[in-house]
Amino acid sequence: MMPVRPFAAHPFAVLAALALAALAALAWALCAGSLAVSPGEVFSAIFGGGDGEGMSVGVVRELRLPRALACFACGGLLALAGTLMQVLLRNPLADPYILGISGGAAVGALGAVVLGLASPWMDAGALGGALAAMLVVFGLAHGDGSWTQTRLLLTGVIVAAGCGATITLMLALAPAAQMQTMLFWLMGDASGASRPWPALVVLAAGLAVALPFGRDLNVLARGQLTAVVLGVDARRLRRALYLLASLFTAVAVTLVGTVGFVGLVVPHLVRLVLGNDQRLLMPAAVLAGGALLTVADTLARTLLAPQQLPVGVLTVLLGVPVFLFLLARHSR
Amino acid sequence: MTISVLPSELACPLPWPDPARPLLAARRLALRRGARELCREFDLEVHAGQCVAILGRNGAGKTTLLHALAGLHDVGKGAAALDVRGEICFGDRSCADWPPVQAARFRGLLPQRQPMPFAASVQETVLVGRHPHLGRWGWESAADVSIASAALDCVGLQGFASRDLRALSGGEQQRVALAMLLAQTPRLFLLDEPLNHLDLHHQIAVLELFRALAACGRGVVMALHDLALAARYADIIIMLDGEGGVELGTSGDVLTARSLSRAFGHPLRRIEVDGQAVFLPE
Repeated sequence: MMPVRPFAAHPFAVLAALALAALAALAWALCAGSLAVSPGEVFSAIFGGGDGEGMSVGVVRELRLPRALACFACGGLLALAGTLMQVLLRNPLADPYILGISGGAAVGALGAVVLGLASPWMDAGALGGALAAMLVVFGLAHGDGSWTQTRLLLTGVIVAAGCGATITLMLALAPAAQMQTMLFWLMGDASGASRPWPALVVLAAGLAVALPFGRDLNVLARGQLTAVVLGVDARRLRRALYLLASLFTAVAVTLVGTVGFVGLVVPHLVRLVLGNDQRLLMPAAVLAGGALLTVADTLARTLLAPQQLPVGVLTVLLGVPVFLFLLARHSR
Repeated sequence: MTISVLPSELACPLPWPDPARPLLAARRLALRRGARELCREFDLEVHAGQCVAILGRNGAGKTTLLHALAGLHDVGKGAAALDVRGEICFGDRSCADWPPVQAARFRGLLPQRQPMPFAASVQETVLVGRHPHLGRWGWESAADVSIASAALDCVGLQGFASRDLRALSGGEQQRVALAMLLAQTPRLFLLDEPLNHLDLHHQIAVLELFRALAACGRGVVMALHDLALAARYADIIIMLDGEGGVELGTSGDVLTARSLSRAFGHPLRRIEVDGQAVFLPE
């Protein structure tokens, strides 16, 4: 009989391969573009020090590096948020957007556009909207203190639906000139991402906070009763999960908009390869999600250059065939 | 799967220090959910070596009582809050004073079937039972793996370690859940319908296994549906009549045709065959 997961026996080899893939994705993102830069020039542009000369140094340092890092951070954050959300809701179909965080962010960001505010306000609106949605869902789902999966899911889905209607209303009322900005934001677009550091810090800190609880998450995935019997404070753990996953989603969405699919599919892909041990799944999902979004964004700005595509469309176009292939191979 | 000798991984490392002190003691325990009375005040002591069976019709409160005895307060139920009166002690300390991880090493609960939404191998499922024995950064060691495989041997699932849990039959999944509980190596076993989905052979084997575990210094409390098996394997019977009434005693005292007929709402006859009680519905 074929083993369930052929690579599960060598998890650290898988993690190392994913780390290499992530580095390769970042390197490609720095080299590729309308101005081709050789890997050697990239290396000296980043590590060479000094003021640097020539256009390539400026392009790599000022444009491509921040954008590539932002994509990596957001991909990692979304994949990690998806992993946590799937454990929290004990539902493999859960994604970071299911509880309305992205809807809240979109209402905030598009609201800023409709009001004609400058782009920093769009980021502030997105973050504020995401946090507001997070608090509303948390407060309403808490209700009688039971905080069951069904109640949480229903509350989230309803809040998301309300946000969806508000977004449609804003799109219908917005002047045509603002339409493209709004649509690109909704599809996910990294062209404006120039400050990756906050997201990278959140990603690193979040992973460091979540990793020690990996085995607790494995137990929680077996059910709340099992978790409590085995000494896990399930109530507190689930709250922490919700807050962490929401925060990761809010940060990612603020930076690149609602990029779809990464948060749902990356945890799945990694699970098919590594199994459902969250201690391995979390770092692997971060690396794979970061690499995927970096590659997708590089394609988005090079495929039809000088035309830039929204990266969210690319993640879906890339993710769907890969996922279908793995699923078909797996079910045999 | 006939267990004559327990594997050394699962045998008790130390005998219970004071045989006179119960593993589990419930004093003046009373349970009520909203307006509904589940159990009126009763006392229970489970000593090392004893098996206790909880009987009662559907919805009489067997699961609620088991959870209360495990020191759990209404996990994940949105319904009316459970009101637990009285005191439950593990050893000589009230169960509320046990830190959760210590409690998880002392008592284990076999829940009724828990759906598993993710794919998982049998071995990783059984290893989940080792959770309370590992530190925050600890990974399952070779010793944990050998405990898990001993537990799988005990329930007759040798060679199943790498199988996908969700591809197994209901009875096999039930035995995996039992193996996970064995891997937890608690002193006190609380079993919620351990015989669910099991065929006759495995029903007897599982009860023999828990008798053997009791014989090496552990205690067992189980909710059962089979009256004859309860009469044969339990030292103490707790019968819930569903209206708050609790009958507690040996099988000879409690399992009479009259009280059974009342508790189950169906006339029953008690027949002795070769010294063992059999219960026939009329």
